[in-house]
Amino acid sequence: MSMQQDLAPTTGDEVIQNYTINFGPQHPAAHGVLRLVMELDGEIVERLDPHIGLLHRGTEKLIEYKTYLQALPYFDRLDYASPMAMEHSYVLAVEKLLDLEVPIRAQYLRVLFAELTRIKNHTLNIAHHIIDVGAMTPPLWLYEIREDCMAFYERASGARMHAAWFRPGGVHQDVPLKLLTDIAEWLDDRMPRLFEDAMSLVVDNRIFKQRNVDIAIVSKEDAIKWGFSGPMIRGAGIPWDIRKSQPYDVYAKMDFDIPVGTRGDCYDRFMVRVEEVRQSVRIMKQCLQQMPEGPVCSDDRKVSPPKRAEMKQSMEALIHHFKLYTEGFKVPAGSVYVATESPKGEFGVYLVSDGTNKPYRCKIRPTAFSHLQAMDFMSRGHMLADTTAILGALDIVFGECDR
Amino acid sequence: MSHSAPLIHTPDGTIAAITKALGSNLVSIEEANGEVAVHIHRDTLVECMIKLRDECAYQQLMEMAGVDWPDRDPRFEVVYCLLSLTKNHRIRVHLATNEDHPVPSVTGIWPVAGWLEREVFDMYGVLFSGNSDLRRILTDYGFSGHPQRKDFPLSGYVELRYSEEEKRVKYEPVQLAQDFRNFDFLSPWEGADYDLPGDEKTGEVPAAPTGADKSASKEAVKRTARKPKATGDKA
Repeated sequence: MSMQQDLAPTTGDEVIQNYTINFGPQHPAAHGVLRLVMELDGEIVERLDPHIGLLHRGTEKLIEYKTYLQALPYFDRLDYASPMAMEHSYVLAVEKLLDLEVPIRAQYLRVLFAELTRIKNHTLNIAHHIIDVGAMTPPLWLYEIREDCMAFYERASGARMHAAWFRPGGVHQDVPLKLLTDIAEWLDDRMPRLFEDAMSLVVDNRIFKQRNVDIAIVSKEDAIKWGFSGPMIRGAGIPWDIRKSQPYDVYAKMDFDIPVGTRGDCYDRFMVRVEEVRQSVRIMKQCLQQMPEGPVCSDDRKVSPPKRAEMKQSMEALIHHFKLYTEGFKVPAGSVYVATESPKGEFGVYLVSDGTNKPYRCKIRPTAFSHLQAMDFMSRGHMLADTTAILGALDIVFGECDR
Repeated sequence: MSHSAPLIHTPDGTIAAITKALGSNLVSIEEANGEVAVHIHRDTLVECMIKLRDECAYQQLMEMAGVDWPDRDPRFEVVYCLLSLTKNHRIRVHLATNEDHPVPSVTGIWPVAGWLEREVFDMYGVLFSGNSDLRRILTDYGFSGHPQRKDFPLSGYVELRYSEEEKRVKYEPVQLAQDFRNFDFLSPWEGADYDLPGDEKTGEVPAAPTGADKSASKEAVKRTARKPKATGDKA
């Protein structure tokens, strides 16, 4: 003690101490309910401890008590900014355990809507990233795109967000032709116009660059060690995309490019997402051009229900429908880990089946877990105001992070 | 291959290479559903993981999952999902443990394991030796119990509400207005164990019929006592 008193500055000098502040849990830039306990030296972040779990709903536990089909809508509610991408991993995992073939039209429809979801997610994240560093107009324009995406969701599934449209064996219902032509028109005209307009305000903007360039640089080695995926690992310069390297549905037939960053900073991560939106438009156009006519769900009646009209005529169809919506289908015992390229990164489902009609264990791999954990080392030495830019470029949604 | 899940092609000789790299530390290795699963003993985990990362090129730890098997001994399974960016391949590493024996932490190999181990600890109570920050992560501050265990009830034990009188959040034992209805479709003769209103008589055991031998009559009693209940559940 006496040592410290000796070293203490004389009266009149200013004493600056490290202090700890709470960022959140209710903070507009926290993108949900995130509590960051930050240790600051003046305005410099020394240590950062994210406290998560404030939105924990026990999704994995609930899924263990539901049939495979009843468990599906929980996935919409994980990452509510990109619902169909969440469903995608789950239905593929169930199909892998069942070894179930999906009709080709259903695969095209899934890819079409998975890419629409990517646009929907990225416009939201880009908008919020921009708003976090101080601009107002581009987010308003980007929300128009997002609103259009929601309208397409609604026309396909009946719900603007929680679609529950991907089903094991295909998709729930076919889409009307008018919806596909409207999407094609939107991709040709309205969508690029709105998007490029908004981007022209941001990408070369001096203030936006000052807030993002050279902020939170992540090296390739760090990105691998910290389990990064999606735009985060591509931002660090590693061209890794599950759609290309481990293609699912009809991604193998699609022609698209993988954007990568050069410096690994927040600006690169932002620009990777911007370019991914343009690539998604390309993929969607190819889907619309190539999509054949045909069934949209497997005809395996032990997994997918019969058509409504068929039920009015056929006793067998009625029995199948009743059994599928009460007992559900049984999945052979075994375990699989299926990961898809969700807009935020690798979204995985580790599904363990014990041969009954309910999942024995369904572990969900959220993209946010590894990214948010890395925020401590990414923020160290940066200013307090930079944490919002870093957090914005991480693209975190707490429904998915906390499950 | 008829499903359309992500295509993972296991290169020829992968299993042989892993078997060679892990040597005597390998318990078993199998390929099912197109995925390679490696089973090892928990004490050799760190050694095996370093070999898998450096010799077999599985650079990334993507996921850790706990699984509870109450009938097995040891009870818990911890699963590590590894990804090779260079070989474009995934494997899973499985090990078994119980709540008394800690699993060595792999935070020294992959820092991302920090939170993943915290989550397995939080959900299952599996301990990880060497993890310097083994706090709960997803559950509430001051939570007790491990919710993903199979013997933990779905509803939990406590619920919270804001008390206007005391001006604070209060924790109280869970009270459900309606029982959780868990239909067991696997054994149609045994329904869920709860009483439906007006269905009290099902509990009464009717008089055993005379004339039949003992075991058969017991069976008959069981059926008559159970049957109305089973139909009641499904209604």
